[in-house]
This record gives sequence, structure tokens and C-alpha cells, in this order.
Amino acid sequence: MSLPSQGRRPWTFYVLSVMFTLFVLFLYGPMFIMFILSFQGPTGGLVFPMRGFSLTWFDALFGQARTGDVGGAFSRSLPLALMVMVLTVLISVTAGFAFRRRFVGSGFLFYTAVASLIVPGLVLSIGILVTARFLGIPARWWFTGLGAHLSWTLPFGLLIMFAILGRLSPSYEEAAYDMGATRWQTVRHVVIPIVFPGMIAVALFGFTLSYDEFPRSWLTVGSLNTLPIEIWTMTTNVTSPALYALGTVTSAISFVAIGLAIGSIAYIQHRRSKRT
Amino acid sequence: MKSNRLLTYLQVTPLFLVLLFFVIVPLALVLIVSFFRYQMLVGLVPDFTFKNYAELLSNPTTWKLYFSTIKFTVIVLAITFVLGFWVAYFLVFHVRNLLIAIGLFLVCTVPFWTSNIIRMISWRPVLGTEGLINTALLESGIVGEPISWLLFSDFAVIVAYVHLFTLFMIVPIFNAMARIDKALLEAAVDAGATRWGVVWNVVLPLSKTGIALGAVFVVTLVMGDFFVVAVMSGGLSGSATSGIFNDLQFLNYPRAAANAVVLLIIVLLIATAIFRLVDVRKELVR
Repeated sequence: MSLPSQGRRPWTFYVLSVMFTLFVLFLYGPMFIMFILSFQGPTGGLVFPMRGFSLTWFDALFGQARTGDVGGAFSRSLPLALMVMVLTVLISVTAGFAFRRRFVGSGFLFYTAVASLIVPGLVLSIGILVTARFLGIPARWWFTGLGAHLSWTLPFGLLIMFAILGRLSPSYEEAAYDMGATRWQTVRHVVIPIVFPGMIAVALFGFTLSYDEFPRSWLTVGSLNTLPIEIWTMTTNVTSPALYALGTVTSAISFVAIGLAIGSIAYIQHRRSKRT
Repeated sequence: MKSNRLLTYLQVTPLFLVLLFFVIVPLALVLIVSFFRYQMLVGLVPDFTFKNYAELLSNPTTWKLYFSTIKFTVIVLAITFVLGFWVAYFLVFHVRNLLIAIGLFLVCTVPFWTSNIIRMISWRPVLGTEGLINTALLESGIVGEPISWLLFSDFAVIVAYVHLFTLFMIVPIFNAMARIDKALLEAAVDAGATRWGVVWNVVLPLSKTGIALGAVFVVTLVMGDFFVVAVMSGGLSGSATSGIFNDLQFLNYPRAAANAVVLLIIVLLIATAIFRLVDVRKELVR
């Protein structure tokens, strides 16, 4: 009898490997099938077989077809996601630092953030809409929508910052102060470099979660749709591979964001390990 | 030290303001509006009535929808727990190269950052009557005619839930397992534990925070979902939130709010019950 991490691989390793492979297939298989089908020929349908390869459906997406206002949805979803990203990083990093010290109301604030994560999106969506009504403000994607998205991204940002700052010993900052660094210099040259990969992770969560958010957007973006809502309406009335083409385009944007984030974190870690 | 304290409060002010205006006030208003009266054409009429709750709870449809939601929650919780536990166990204890383990972990988490709706839609060409599975089964002669319950059914809803939410189990369980000191496992083996005994008596108890966190995520996501059920069941099944959705279509905000309050209470009760079992804050902040 030995541990799975030592000696000859036990039979369980092979069983679990097969299970893991099947799980990954289950996770990615349908997506890749959709990617392939989005290049369906002009006479092709929603399922296999492929009737030739073409970019027809991508063209239909942005052209004069009955696919709705996809271009407009993009022009709102992307800036919104970028705004949410920047605000999520700024707010969760500063709040993360505050949580390293004890302060009155820290427990309340923490549990409110956790509650915001747990509350069903649709419930919060109703609440924000009603709040806007009471204040006499119309629901707009760049205001009520933005706030609704922040209520979803900030708890994630905060939890990531907790994990990162938990590893940042206060003795580093004390050492910097002892050597005569000002508060700003300490932040600039000691704290930020250590926390930076975590900030990229927070940015990734902020961008992608906002870009794909549906339940919290549904009532809060007002009359102009963001992309997930546009896709939602398309699922009921578009029965051509244009739907898959849209899926391919949005997934491509998500994958670029994920690649940039993970790539830059890996690059920073690599440079660091070379330096020491 | 005084300026330090002021700085602390300044640092949490933005977070506090967002949570105040987009979480605390909205939820308070949902509670208040749930006691309002609804009048055709007028809409909201301030009042203090339990009529919305009475209507809701005396309606058999509500109970049917909640029953269906809880059924989905229990099934999905069981599947995602088993899958998530063994995937995390495989990555932490079986994959020996740390870089490969991290790489495979990322493979599991990448879909989280992509669109849920798109991932749901991507099941259509697989499960549909002319989809991949049915075509394969027909051509190999296993079935005579396409299986119709693969898409637009409870089965499809569960497939989509498992597809979307399993990683909410994997990530916290992986984190909890990665913190387990490998020496403990060695000690257990030295003391004569079987392979199964190590998993049952050492790994499982030490991953319970991760399991609890994952369970809270899965429960709240499934209970609060409306969209997966709507798309994947083709309107055949409902969820607790379908009732809210219907009320909103008729602009009956008070009843939608009452429904939302009931749902919120149930979700928060389940979450607190799970959080009671383990002190999650201690685990998260450490």
C-alpha cells in the first residue's frame, strides 16, 4: 500500500484519468461543435452534416439580416465590461487593504459582499429596478447596469484580494518604512509589484463576468440590450447558424481576455523566478 | 494611528457605497414592495398587506415550482459534488507535476469566464433530435427512432446545470485539498489505512470547507436560476424564479417581490445552515 503520489501509479490513477478526460470532453466538446457549425455553408442548418465551409453566418450577424442589433449590443457590452473591470480592480484592491486592519463594520461589510454573491441575480435585478423607479432615475446600462454588474464582480474581486493579501506579510512594508521609504514609495515599489498578478486576476473576473452577465442585466440595462440579452432574444427567434456564429465571436473575445490575463501572469511569474 | 483609521474607512467607502446602493437598498425595497398592493394600470400602490404572500402560498403552482427547483438542486448537488471531489482529488493527489496540475486546473476553470448562454446553446447540436448523439445512435442501429427526451427535458436541464456549475465545486475543493499536508496521508498509510480509508478519513474531512463553499454556490445558482430551465426544458419545466418572471411580465411587481422574498429566505437559510457547519470566513481570510 502506498500513496498515489509515490512509487508505481495505482490503478485508481488510470480510472481517474479516464474520468477526468471525459469530464474535459464534456466541458469543451459541445463548444467546439458549435464553433465548427458556425462555419456552415449557406445552405447548411443547425446540425451536422456540414454543407460546405463559409463565413456567411458571420456576415449575416453584422449585415442587414433579421438577427437584431448585434453590433449595437457589442458597442455597449464591451465598454461596460471595461468600465466594470477598472472599477472592480480599483474598489476591491483598496477595500482589500482596508480589510487587513480591524475596523468597525468589517464583519457587516464582508457578509453583505458574500450575500451579494448568494442572492439570486433576478431578485437583485428587481430590487435595483425598483430602487431606480423610487429615485426617479431611468434604468440605463451605464448606470444601473453598471452597478448591478459590480454587485456580482466585487465579491469575487474581494475574495481574490483576501487570498493575495493573506500572503503579503506586513513585515515587508515595515522593512520599507524602516529604510526610510514614504508611504507612496512603499506602495509603488513594494506592495504593487507583489499584488500585481492578483490584480490581473481580479481584472479578468471583472471583465468576463460583466461581459457575460445575464440575470443581473436583464431588468437593469434599460431599453438598450447588452450582448447576453441580445443572444437570449435570438435563441427564441433566430433559427440559423448565425446564432452559432455569434457564440463563436463572443467566445473568441472571452478567450482573448483569458489568454491575455493568464499569459501576462505567467510571464510575470517567469520573469520573477529568473531574477531570483 | 488616527490618520490610519481614517484611511481605512476611506479605503472601504467605494465598496460600501456600491453595496449600499446596489445590494442593501434594493433588497430592502424588494421587501417593502412585497407588502404593496398591485392595481391594474396604476401599478404600485403603497400599502401594508399580506395579500401577495397569501396569494403566493395558497397557489398550488408555487409549491409545484419550488418542488421542481428543489428536486433539480438535490440532483445537481449530488452529481457536481461527486464529479468535483474526484476531479480535485485527481489533480491534487494523482498528478505529480505541479505545473501540469495547475495547467489542468486552468482547463477546468476557463469555461467559467465564457458565456453561460452560449454554453447552453452549444448543447443543441449535440442533444437535438437531429443532433450528434441521436445521429450516432440511429446510424449504429441502437435505436429505431431518435430519442426525444435528450433536449427540451429535465434531462437536458440537469446536463446544462452540471456543465455550467461543476467548476464551482472543483475550485473550492481543489483549494481545500491543496492545503492538506501530504505528511498526514503518509501517516495514515503508515498506520495501516487502506487507500479508501485515507480518502474517507483524512481527505474528505479536511476538504469540508471547500465542499461547503462549493455546495453554497451550486445551491444558490440552481435555486436562483430561471434561464437554464427556460432554454433547456423548452418551457416544459419551471423553477421558483419562473413565477417571478411571469409576474414581471404582467408588471405585477408586488407579487414578484413577495416571491423574491420567499426565494431569498429559503436560499439564505440553506446558505447559513451550510456556513454553520464550517467557519468559512476564517478559511477565506487565512
